[in-house]
Amino acid sequence: MNEKQWTPRIVAFFCNWCTYTAADLAGVSRLKYAPNMRVIRIMCSGRVDPQFILEAFAKGADGVLIGGCHPNDCHYAEGNYKMLRRFQLLQRMLKDMGIEEDRLRLEWISAAEGEKVKTVMNDMVAKVTAMGPLGMPGRFADWDKEMEHLEAAVATAEAGQPAHSHSQQEVKHA
Amino acid sequence: MPKPKIGFYWCASCGGCEEAIVDLAEDILGVLDALDIVFWPCAMDFKRSDVDAIPDGGIVATFLNGAIRTSEQEEMAHLLRRKSQYLIAYGSCAHTGGIPGLANQFSREEIMKWVFEDGPSNVNEAKVRPQTQWTENGCEVHLPELRHVVRSLDQVVPVDYYLPGCPPTPKLTKAAVGALLEGRLPAKGSVLAPDIALCDECPRKASKPVNTSFTEFKRPHQKILDPNLCFLAQGVVCMGPATRGGCEALCISGHMPCTGCFGGTSRVRDQGAKILSSLCANIAPKEEDEIDQVLAGIPDPVGTFYRYGLARSLLRRRVDLPAPAKE
Amino acid sequence: MDNQRNEPRIGFYVCHCGTNIAGMVDCPAVAQYVSRLPNVVLSRDYKYMCSDPGQELIQQDIREHRLNRIVVASCSPLLHEKTFRGATEKGGLNPFFFHMVNIREHDSWVHTDKQAATEKAKSLAHAAIHRVRFHKPLEVKQVPIHPAVLVVGGGIAGIHAAMTLANAGKKVYLVEREPSIGGHMAKFDKTFPTLDCAACILTPKMSEVGAHPNITLWTYSEAMKMEGYVGNYTVTIRHKPRYIIEDACVGCLECIDACVYKQPKFFDEFNMGLGKRKPVYIPFPQATPQVVLIDPETCLNLKTGKCKKTCVEACADRKAIDFTQKETFSEIKVGAIIVATGFKSFDAQRIPQYGYGTYPNVYTALEIERLVNASGPTGGEVVLRDGKKPKSIGIIHCVGSRDHKTNRWCSRVCCMYSMKLAHLLKEHTEAEVYSFYIDMRTPGKGYEEFYGKLLDEGVQFVRGRVGEVTDWAFTKEEEGKLVIRVEDTLAGYVRRIPVDMVVLATGLEPQADAQEVRRRFNMSCGTEGFFLERHPKLAPVNTFTDGILLAGCCQGPKDIPDTVAQAGAAAAEALVLIDKGHIEQEPNTAFIHEEDCSGCKSCIPLCPYSAILFNEETRKAIINQALCKGCGTCVASCPSGSIEQNLFDDEEIFSEIEGVLAYE
Repeated sequence: MNEKQWTPRIVAFFCNWCTYTAADLAGVSRLKYAPNMRVIRIMCSGRVDPQFILEAFAKGADGVLIGGCHPNDCHYAEGNYKMLRRFQLLQRMLKDMGIEEDRLRLEWISAAEGEKVKTVMNDMVAKVTAMGPLGMPGRFADWDKEMEHLEAAVATAEAGQPAHSHSQQEVKHA
Repeated sequence: MPKPKIGFYWCASCGGCEEAIVDLAEDILGVLDALDIVFWPCAMDFKRSDVDAIPDGGIVATFLNGAIRTSEQEEMAHLLRRKSQYLIAYGSCAHTGGIPGLANQFSREEIMKWVFEDGPSNVNEAKVRPQTQWTENGCEVHLPELRHVVRSLDQVVPVDYYLPGCPPTPKLTKAAVGALLEGRLPAKGSVLAPDIALCDECPRKASKPVNTSFTEFKRPHQKILDPNLCFLAQGVVCMGPATRGGCEALCISGHMPCTGCFGGTSRVRDQGAKILSSLCANIAPKEEDEIDQVLAGIPDPVGTFYRYGLARSLLRRRVDLPAPAKE
Repeated sequence: MDNQRNEPRIGFYVCHCGTNIAGMVDCPAVAQYVSRLPNVVLSRDYKYMCSDPGQELIQQDIREHRLNRIVVASCSPLLHEKTFRGATEKGGLNPFFFHMVNIREHDSWVHTDKQAATEKAKSLAHAAIHRVRFHKPLEVKQVPIHPAVLVVGGGIAGIHAAMTLANAGKKVYLVEREPSIGGHMAKFDKTFPTLDCAACILTPKMSEVGAHPNITLWTYSEAMKMEGYVGNYTVTIRHKPRYIIEDACVGCLECIDACVYKQPKFFDEFNMGLGKRKPVYIPFPQATPQVVLIDPETCLNLKTGKCKKTCVEACADRKAIDFTQKETFSEIKVGAIIVATGFKSFDAQRIPQYGYGTYPNVYTALEIERLVNASGPTGGEVVLRDGKKPKSIGIIHCVGSRDHKTNRWCSRVCCMYSMKLAHLLKEHTEAEVYSFYIDMRTPGKGYEEFYGKLLDEGVQFVRGRVGEVTDWAFTKEEEGKLVIRVEDTLAGYVRRIPVDMVVLATGLEPQADAQEVRRRFNMSCGTEGFFLERHPKLAPVNTFTDGILLAGCCQGPKDIPDTVAQAGAAAAEALVLIDKGHIEQEPNTAFIHEEDCSGCKSCIPLCPYSAILFNEETRKAIINQALCKGCGTCVASCPSGSIEQNLFDDEEIFSEIEGVLAYE
């Protein structure tokens, strides 16, 4: 990472029909908002696998935003409700895992609500900026520092050994 | 011709995996015919120095069970990795961190304080804590260091195969040993169990209606359960749909829901997230507070969905715990 | 193509879009950054990628550099994904080896810091480069289309759309919830600026619709439910009971004469209550179909069962009256649906200071349309509610338009129709006519000239938003009159103008049930509640749901010429769809790997289309590809990760996540 000041990275999953379109509308309307969000398009908020959210955090996202159609407005009838239910438990679980609630956000933004895209993006960026970095990749590295000493010792020991233990030797059969 | 050498070792585990080896019963004699056990501290009198004496790669396969929690376990993992052609993570703890991995919800200090000071059965007025190094009468003693983080085996050294389960069943163990002897092992990194979820072999599979949705969640002790009906159909969290099969549905046959010890399938990166996704999507209510009411039946999602897999999950550990260097 | 299966060879293109992107994103820097990413063989920036030379460039590069994956960073995929998939295909690749990065709507247009915008573009491009490696060749599925069209709403928009389609030889169902088609236009007297008689130009079209062999006209009916997808919609129509057998009624109206109520005494909806009707009635003389109906709320027989049923006697052997009628339902299959449900007039009572509903001589514009109409309740004589002729009239513009307290939008037609009414009122009454406007909006052919004509006619135009209408007289001349208080912003002082009659130029609003209708047809509404078009410039009659088209004021206020033009456009879009004979379905369906599925059934209740079935023989779930719409909910919910989705597979999305976060 270069020397510049930290700014949050937020991964957003927007449904094709409402929120992604609203973000397009925000663009067409030339609304201005914070540049921290990276939008990934999916067909429906119901497609958001909680694994995506955890993976985003693990790979360095400081926040995750999910945008779907308003209740009753889902292009696919009820995908947004399925996401809502996942969200409610996931947010609680993340809290148990030490991740602040505001780092995960679910918003209903209809295709007409370009203005809301702007408001939500700015608000979320402000909140996550106030919380500071989550920085999971850095944390993983810090956690694993306690193994460095031993790994170094092993490397030294192995350097003196001719045969590498994980080589592709065949098993010798009896 | 000398018999191929094989080793067993345990790290942070309960001993159940050792039992599982013993549970091979008469079959273990067959194993002994074909293989030479060169290291098995739990059952045979071998010392570390015996392992040191083996040339690198001199052991065909080591079955290592238990999570990696101490510096000594870490060291032994490295040593056995070097000495073995195949290092096999045996059991849930080595595979995904297992029950010890749940300690990743707490800091080392919290654990030490509870175990040596606050635990109700403790008598330790002086609040003595174990030291990694101690000199008494000019003699220096060392104890391994408790690491801050519980790790699965493959988070410490490269692992060739995984035998899942808490513990792995004798059947799977035998199959793995057989495959090893006959040289028909699958691609490295494989889990030596079926890559299909437990429901496939569950005796209650047919009893689950196609339209199961949840209006409440109950834990097994909170409800009198029908012994022939799918647990999920009774509103009891069962990890079966998100867990590899191959255990022959032992828990279900014992009238307990699956708790997920075999881990997720190869197509899943985070078993807990997946079962959460599936269960939540199928909750009946649509209003936020009603959804919360249903979800109140899962008071401890981390403990429920990551009972065996927290250490190897995407987040690995409660993220706001102090890092080793900073404590 | 062999090279499609080999190691990815990615071609990357970043579009300047003139200065639209290049003004805020350093395009060459993005191209340079991407050129260093793995598997990228070629990375270019170009002025206009969507232009012919831009598309040609892609095709040429595919051939020359043996590219097998294409990524274009430009505008929204909703705009140009099809274009670039086409270029990819022309280059000899499967079109689904293409992926698009949105750096205009989602980046250059919404940010102000060039460095940050450039970094965002790089990271979004990085994600696409990661993702496209996992793309698979896919086949577009062709599904035959049902060649009929449903038109919802029988105003001028619906009528014109239906006629256009029917004349092209297509089967049309026209559904109108009122007893007659005609809509608002049927209520108008003249139309601006030509002062054509509205009825003279509308009613021939109405009877043509009624008689057209290709049109099934269902009035007093509503489209209740829609299922299916473009090309194959199934719609349920509810027919409200008229208590008249439509086929038997010849429109002789003898039953109306024969009704036990000798005089009409009930609120006449068509004339905004200015006239009265009987329980058995026809909404207006030219109603189509020429079929009476009976209002169950006021009909003695339907209310009490005790009536001499003189109407039945009068109908005699025609036997058209049937008091036992119940609502019925029909189910129709259509390929496309044109929604032309019109508007609602602003409720003037929402602005109490204008006194509508309080002062009897305050009228809405629509009421005046009926008053000046020769077939209206007064036979075209403009009289006040007490029967007197008004000597002075004030017309207030922008009632419920351009008003932050009510509706912010300009209703577009009020300036013009107010002037039309000013002209007509002057013609009918020779009264002094005042017109109170904020701005005079006359953008249309002959519109400004019409304004000039009105100025010449001596209509007094006062520029200023009216503060209130009151009967509180300050002077003798004001007594018994309605006083309009207004700041005359040209004269620069507050005026009090006493008049006999006040006309409120009420604005146009979405129909009260627009939200329900929107859900029914899977559309979106704009913030103001009108149905949202797919693109304001390039797809003004399309909605986000394929095969659902818009015409007329349900999409936004517009005048008759624009409505008719839009209805024609909607009809043309429907024709394009139908005449093609089939639709191409985005191949983003989900499918289950049988060997992976454990048969846990978790996915089955999640599918809104019942596309997932449990195969009792294999004891595994299967997805019916014809029914799957590609939402991916089941994919996200499969606890063992055994469901895949084309175009949005786990690996594709994971690699995108990794990609957007990889950029340092």
